[in-house]
Amino acid sequence: MSLFREFRRDVLLALGALAVLLAIGFGVDSAWPRDFLTSIFAIGLLAMSLNLLIGYTGLVSFGHAAFFALGGYIFGLLLQWGDFTATLGQGSVPVALLAAVAGTALYALVIGAICVRLTEIYFAFLTLAFQMFLYSVILSWVALTGGDQGLMGGIPRPVFLGVDLADPYHRYAFCAVIFVICMLIMRIVTESPFGYTLRMIRDNAQRAAFLGVNVTRVKLICFVVSSSIAGVGGVILALFTSGAYPEWAFWAQSGEAIFMIMLGGLNVFLGPLLGAVALRILNDVVQMYTSHTEIVIGLVILFVVLGLRRGVLDFAKDWWVERQQAKLAAENRESQQ
Amino acid sequence: MLRLENVVKSFGGVVATNDVSLNFPTDSLSAVIGPNGAGKTTLFNLITGHLVPDSGRILLADEDIVGMAPAGIVRKGIGRAFQVASIFPTLTVEQSLMAAVASHVHMSESLLTAFPPRSVRERAGELIDLLGMAPVARLLCSNISHGDQKLLDIGLALALEPRVLLLDEPTAGMGPEERWQMIGTVRRLWEQGRMTLIFIEHDMDIVFEVAETIHVLRYGSVLATGSADDIRNNPEVIEAYLGTETPEEVPA
Repeated sequence: MSLFREFRRDVLLALGALAVLLAIGFGVDSAWPRDFLTSIFAIGLLAMSLNLLIGYTGLVSFGHAAFFALGGYIFGLLLQWGDFTATLGQGSVPVALLAAVAGTALYALVIGAICVRLTEIYFAFLTLAFQMFLYSVILSWVALTGGDQGLMGGIPRPVFLGVDLADPYHRYAFCAVIFVICMLIMRIVTESPFGYTLRMIRDNAQRAAFLGVNVTRVKLICFVVSSSIAGVGGVILALFTSGAYPEWAFWAQSGEAIFMIMLGGLNVFLGPLLGAVALRILNDVVQMYTSHTEIVIGLVILFVVLGLRRGVLDFAKDWWVERQQAKLAAENRESQQ
Repeated sequence: MLRLENVVKSFGGVVATNDVSLNFPTDSLSAVIGPNGAGKTTLFNLITGHLVPDSGRILLADEDIVGMAPAGIVRKGIGRAFQVASIFPTLTVEQSLMAAVASHVHMSESLLTAFPPRSVRERAGELIDLLGMAPVARLLCSNISHGDQKLLDIGLALALEPRVLLLDEPTAGMGPEERWQMIGTVRRLWEQGRMTLIFIEHDMDIVFEVAETIHVLRYGSVLATGSADDIRNNPEVIEAYLGTETPEEVPA
């Protein structure tokens, strides 16, 4: 409970955000906002969790979508397995969700133990390699995964505690709650002593080691936490689409998450989420006018990268921080005179 | 407190540390001097576990620390500041010190508590006062002066409450006035902190003024060890390092 007291402001903000999300979902008489936001919940968790690695730890992973896909597949496969739902009945969905998180975490522990010893481009390429490995397994193990068709026939969703995930309103509320909980967890993690240790490693890993930090272990913990949350994103998308598809594990999915981070900003907590919303809106709007969406999106990314040289929120943050720092420095000069 | 016994380290054909035996008694203040390439920084790298000696023993309070990882050696109580200030550019001075203190109290891996815990903030506040860095505490490390960065580097090492503190050229890159100010601070920290302090320094005036014991290295070997007077009057040192003439310009 002391945790909630320490993070009272963030908990209240999270509750406020949840109230707004529910108000939109239940108040607007159209499926579009619900569908749009649910896809943001999924892809937003992917981008936000990837930023724990990129923005906070300085580890650029090109294979993060593997964990996103794995979460979705574990969740979907368990619920499609008759014996599982027959045995657990009402408990099926919660248990499948927990199993998806635990399974993703375990897989991330193994992959991470190999990857986090490397840095920079070597880390990036190794994560990419493991992602393509999972992609190949999904494609080739047709009997289990349905291969390039994905999980067919829908995902059964037994009612639990009065929540019927076949109902679009229930499903939306369920996804919103999970999303907000994950966001709160990430917020707490980044503002904890662990979160500041990540920043130390990002800035100067060698110095952190000379201050007694076990750099490899801290990176591994971060890798597992961030992958597990990506797995939750996959579960939300599996619920939303009532399936799971191999493209989720394709490198382009990881690339899209990196675009979102670049667009929104990597040094502000909500940067990647803003990037996810912006990219999704951009995509939808452009699609109304032309089928060449990639060209337009590419131009926008070029503008952000070359024009602002950083994500939108990073731009704003840097401006603000520079002002504050200049003010503090001026105060120091005055007090010294 | 810290003892090196017959430590050898070579890189390819170059012997960087050649059969070095040194003793740093508890709570002593020693300087390590020597021309460029004498193996001073290598010595620090060996003590802190960044390099592993080819042979020999390094004893911290009679415990052999050879082969331990740098983070482990830090935990045993050997702190270090670097020749080029090694800091965290995107954190503020205060945040850096708080993060270092958090590491010291084994909270680096605490995910579910707010940063900074009160005790950590208080300890960091003490360090800021000790270093006289209160005016710059809220500035980013990348925005403070070179001298303050060097001071912060020392402060980060102090956050771990070391028994032995190694300072690699604490006055490197500073003007004459700033140097004396810095070395005054180092001496004050040593007097207040009760620790074994070893520093590398090029400025002879500073070394002779401040250090209790001076160790002179040349070509990786110990050329001489002694007090300021011993070293000043040692013919070998004069020839090797101070020049062939009697160093009259050095104030007594």
